[in-house]
Amino acid sequence: MMHVLGLLFPPGLLTAPFMQNAWISGSAVAILSALVGFFAVLRGATFVAHAVPRASFAGAAGAALVGGDTLLGLGIFSAISALGIAFLTSRRDRGQITALVLAAALGLGALFLALGDAYAPQVYALLFGQIVGISRADVLGILGLTGLTAAAVAVLYRPLLFVSVAPDVAEARGVSRHRFNVLFLLLVALSATAAVPVVGALLSFSLMVGPAAAASYFGRSPASALWLSVAIGLVSVWLALVLAYDTGMPVGFFVAVVTAAFYGLGRLWALTADPLADAA
Amino acid sequence: MKGLELPRADQTILDLEGVRVELGGKVVLRDIDVALRRGELVGVIGPNGAGKSTLLKVILGFIRPSAGAVRFAQGQRAGRGAIGYVPQSFSPDPDLPLRARDLVALGIDGDRWGFSLGGARRRAAVDEALAWVDALSYAEQPVGRLSGGELQRLLVAQALIAEPDTLLLDEPLANLDLRSQDEIVGLVGRVAHERGVTVMLVTHDMNPILGVMDRLLYLAGGRAALGTPDEVVRAEVLGALYGHHVDVLRVHGRILVVGAAEVESLTCEA
Repeated sequence: MMHVLGLLFPPGLLTAPFMQNAWISGSAVAILSALVGFFAVLRGATFVAHAVPRASFAGAAGAALVGGDTLLGLGIFSAISALGIAFLTSRRDRGQITALVLAAALGLGALFLALGDAYAPQVYALLFGQIVGISRADVLGILGLTGLTAAAVAVLYRPLLFVSVAPDVAEARGVSRHRFNVLFLLLVALSATAAVPVVGALLSFSLMVGPAAAASYFGRSPASALWLSVAIGLVSVWLALVLAYDTGMPVGFFVAVVTAAFYGLGRLWALTADPLADAA
Repeated sequence: MKGLELPRADQTILDLEGVRVELGGKVVLRDIDVALRRGELVGVIGPNGAGKSTLLKVILGFIRPSAGAVRFAQGQRAGRGAIGYVPQSFSPDPDLPLRARDLVALGIDGDRWGFSLGGARRRAAVDEALAWVDALSYAEQPVGRLSGGELQRLLVAQALIAEPDTLLLDEPLANLDLRSQDEIVGLVGRVAHERGVTVMLVTHDMNPILGVMDRLLYLAGGRAALGTPDEVVRAEVLGALYGHHVDVLRVHGRILVVGAAEVESLTCEA
């Protein structure tokens, strides 16, 4: 037994400075992504949750080109793409505008990379994350963004929930569908800014949508689904960190696999709870 | 939800004066003069595209009329929850983590910032609203697994818990079986007559509502006629609304409205 534990938790897993940064930033990003992902799943806005982090990749590439701060570049591009999606999208063509904004941003990112002299590992880190290469300064930035987003979710919780589950009714009560769509997309931008350096532009999606989607199967009330989403996100990141440390394989891979596994369990749970659910 | 003292039935609660609405350059409603009284049940009927839903949206303030005004009676509170609304389409995802009681609770203060901490009083208020619409038995069910009729009851409870003066329902009977239609019509009748809430119910099918409605608001060609069912469903009234000759046929206690050009027929039990 001790032998197995020793294999699972080798020396340095909790004490090495780079691992400490990884634990802190990974946990923060898990909480942040789960909070925002909860609303993304409620609103059926998972494509947007997918597009904004990927579009923000151009900001990081741009920051690398001009020698600027990565978080700042990510923040600017995720905010621009989120606002672009919010204001250009009409009620009918939600998908197209999101796709166009995403394509434009990715194109810019490719241009920035070509103009600069970023070498392959940097690009690789932006796309797939580098959870074990996070600096102390990054950790502080990520914690700040997490605090900001958590506070915003606490303030927006009720009206955002209302307008997400029953938009017409909420609008009749003065909760503006458009205004809260903008606010929601800004939350997505905040969480993308923090998540991309840690889990990468491509895989931050799995942390935002996986836990929240799984939680919507397990949780019955909005509050329980929200807390479950946070719990599943945290457990996924922690498990992924341990596995990555043990095997030397990328953290992003394990985050994606573990969140997908939770989602699969959620589907199974829903099927056993109500076998007719999928047949209907 | 406390019991209300029923005010005088003739008290005007909502006044539409010369309302005109243009959408995309097209006149949808014109010269709408309608005064609604407290606690009356008004059916809004008319062919598709007549502007029924638009009228509700004008009252809700979603659409601003290009002429005329919507006035709420003096001393009448406006804003938060004063107008309850049951929208035409509400079809939640089967896996939405929202129980029936959660939806109704949003009616209390879903428009307020922050989050609510629950509490016994809140729970009791939700239980009472659920009981009033006879929905307590599925209070813990996810809304995505409920039938159309069950959802309509919840939406009514959700609106009533804010103690509105007016309740607007947009096609609440569409896609319901006959029995559920009767139950919803009975429920909104109680909302109007027991709670003193002015109810406007939009439907394209007169059949289920004629027996219960106090008045009918007939919309056609952008114009409106308001009166008792007997006053409204008459050849000269409907003919004026359509702008051409219309026949109203009474056959075996049923009414049949037949237009000359656009053949539009409504059958109803008189």
